[in-house]
Amino acid sequence: MRGLIALAAGGLFGLGLLTSGMTDTAKVQGWLDVFGAWDPTLAFVLGGAILPMTIAWRVAARRREALLGGPIPAPSDAKITPQLAVGSGLFGVGWGLSGLCPGPAMASLSFGGWQGLVFFVAMCAAMMAQPRVTAALARGT
Amino acid sequence: MIGTAAAVFLLMNGRIMGASGLLGGVVDGSRKGAARSEALWFLAGLIGAPLLWHLFRGAPPTQLTSNVAVLIAAGLCVGFGTRLANGCTSGHGVCGISRLSVRGITATVFYLVAGAVTVLVFRQMLGVI
Repeated sequence: MRGLIALAAGGLFGLGLLTSGMTDTAKVQGWLDVFGAWDPTLAFVLGGAILPMTIAWRVAARRREALLGGPIPAPSDAKITPQLAVGSGLFGVGWGLSGLCPGPAMASLSFGGWQGLVFFVAMCAAMMAQPRVTAALARGT
Repeated sequence: MIGTAAAVFLLMNGRIMGASGLLGGVVDGSRKGAARSEALWFLAGLIGAPLLWHLFRGAPPTQLTSNVAVLIAAGLCVGFGTRLANGCTSGHGVCGISRLSVRGITATVFYLVAGAVTVLVFRQMLGVI
């Protein structure tokens, strides 16, 4: 049952990304092109996604467990770490260069051509390497 | 639809719908047991549903660059950055901002500003993308 819900949520997420234009890399780059031909419409996508989640967090706050069991994830401590800032900055650079963030990169795998596949493989490789690279850098300093 | 998917995943399964966390936890092996299989089911839906759309309704628009160096550099930045920051647009942006998480809001400001500056430099100034 948990798997089935996860499958449905993933499918809904994928179709949402697709129909809202988040997999259209030119549109995403247009939304980031604040100093050029700015296309602000994707702000409504983010806003529209935040709304149901705001309600969901309200509902979740009154429960101790999820409906299928398991704890509701606690808020992480509010610490702003250098990793958060540097990581998000790096992510923004990659997002701007390509127009793809992780969700849409997966949602568009079936129609993104070889270009989408190259991006996806590079992204996965970096995800695998990140813990080791960070540990090595920490040892070096 | 994106927000509803995140709400269902949270209220039913008690999981945060973060694309980079779900994928990253699977590829680096840090997600184990039930969490791993749930993530795999989620990813199957995320990849599979658009595949079905593609088969029955035609390919949706996407204009990814054919510059291999840009593709690889962008993929590396996105993969490394989202794992270092522990989240991306869905985790920090949708799930974080909606619970007024300071980390989520900070991350979103950083990646939006970095993205806008990147497009400014590489499109307006250098004309690469």
